[in-house]
Amino acid sequence: MKMNIYRKNRVACVGAGLTLFRRRLMETSDELMWLAARQALDEAGLTIEDIDCIIFGTAPDNFDGIHMQSEALADGAGAVNKPYTRVYVGGGTGVFSVIAGWWHVASGLCDRVLVIAEEKMSHVQPHPQYLFHHIFDPVTEKPLGVNLIWIFALEMHRYMYKYGIKKEDIALVSVKNKRNALDHPSAQVAAKITVEDVLNSEVLVWPVQRLDISPVSDGAGALVLVSESEAKKLTDEPIWIDGVGWSLDTMYWTNRDLAFPVYLYYAGKMAYEMAGIENPRKEIDFAEVYDPFDYKELHHMEGLQLARKGEAPILTREGVTERDGDLPINPSGGLLGVGNPIAAAGIMKVAEVYWQLRGMAGKRQVKKDVVTGLAQAWGDLMQVGTVVVMRR
Amino acid sequence: MDTRPKNPEGTPYRMEDLRSGAIPYTEDSLEAWYRWSLGKYLGKYLEGLREGKIYGRRCNNCERIYVPPREVCHHCFRTTDEWVEVGDTGRVNTAVVSYISADRGRVEEPIIIAVIELEGASPGIGILHRLGNVSPEDVKSMKIFGKRVRAVWKPPEERTGSVNDILYFEPIEEV
Repeated sequence: MKMNIYRKNRVACVGAGLTLFRRRLMETSDELMWLAARQALDEAGLTIEDIDCIIFGTAPDNFDGIHMQSEALADGAGAVNKPYTRVYVGGGTGVFSVIAGWWHVASGLCDRVLVIAEEKMSHVQPHPQYLFHHIFDPVTEKPLGVNLIWIFALEMHRYMYKYGIKKEDIALVSVKNKRNALDHPSAQVAAKITVEDVLNSEVLVWPVQRLDISPVSDGAGALVLVSESEAKKLTDEPIWIDGVGWSLDTMYWTNRDLAFPVYLYYAGKMAYEMAGIENPRKEIDFAEVYDPFDYKELHHMEGLQLARKGEAPILTREGVTERDGDLPINPSGGLLGVGNPIAAAGIMKVAEVYWQLRGMAGKRQVKKDVVTGLAQAWGDLMQVGTVVVMRR
Repeated sequence: MDTRPKNPEGTPYRMEDLRSGAIPYTEDSLEAWYRWSLGKYLGKYLEGLREGKIYGRRCNNCERIYVPPREVCHHCFRTTDEWVEVGDTGRVNTAVVSYISADRGRVEEPIIIAVIELEGASPGIGILHRLGNVSPEDVKSMKIFGKRVRAVWKPPEERTGSVNDILYFEPIEEV
């Protein structure tokens, strides 16, 4: 293995924690963070006194309705009187918070970092969806009454048009992920469903139907990242974060190629180069790619060079992306099955790669022997890609 | 070894639990009013719409013509050079049928939404708008993709300098 970047420390993940993911949880946001943080620290065998700094991630402020969210939740993050930073790139935040944790350790600034993310969407009435109206340009788009699902539907339809993809093939992603989630203890919408169930579900914005989309969720997740010397004291099985990458495209999303996620291509390329990966399709054993919509799993596989353009639906139909396939995708159950508390869902994906590489995924464990895994998230106005590559 | 995550915690509740008082809660709303100054570029864009014209900006370095107009060419990271009046005709890049409003409620009549690449702007430079005189079936069959459309404007006296001065785009060739 070669690394194409200078870093003072190799960075290991040594613990992960998640809450339940549910449409509504009674706990406050900081209580959820505490539950996730405690579980991650317990798994790592550390206490908060051992932690040098805390990285916090959450998506738009308005879900909690407090415009200094990281400060308001500092207690639940274990951050009081410690170096504490919030990072934000919309839906890409969960994985980006891990990247921020990585650079604190890789640079030598810190030895032990707690990365924590939460989302509590259930506060917002009558439906959390309306908050997304406020991420659009107030001059050129908001006056049209834009809905977040419009833009994903527009992207999905363009992708289908360009490569001749059928909705039946896209629906297979939802079927697979909801089934995988049956084995995830945190899962919110795990189910045995069929392609017909997806195609018969409520049409929201054609071609997007109810079962093409991940749910509204509350939840939190946490990870403990440490330097190589610390990792060796804590465990015989550290899982290394060997590549990180991120990239952001223009806010003018109607000026972009909607059939291919260029931003993710660049983010993946950065992470692959860092980790010394030359052929992602051969060298990545499995991946947790961001799947708030079923077509997005396919779109993202192509952006990450895990499939050629237009090929991801074919791999899915052939079973390649199942847990017992050659390239398992979203063995956790993904956002479509486990749920989508936005920033926490990104942590859930990195946690899944960590648990899979350690062989701790139980019934979710992929069949093949895995050495290298990837986790990815996506967000803002369909414009950001965030990627980590991990190895055992 | 135990399956991870091991016993994830959290206390789920239902909407009815709030209504019945089983789950304590409080309420408040955030209200804020904004007045956005539009700068030189978007300001002229909206003035143009009031006059029934669509303006773009050209970068003389990469020769791209952008709509909406903007100061910075993000490819070259330099100031765009010239104003260009682009056509109010274009081609449909992608289109969808919305059955929901911005707050996720159902709408009575489905709305057809599209990205339209305007003629006179660079290839791939589209804007978001509605389509009219197009059926949901034309969208679902993708027959509308690639078709030429033209803006249908509000009467001049009703225009306010808004993207809504265009009512919708309608096909000018057979779908």
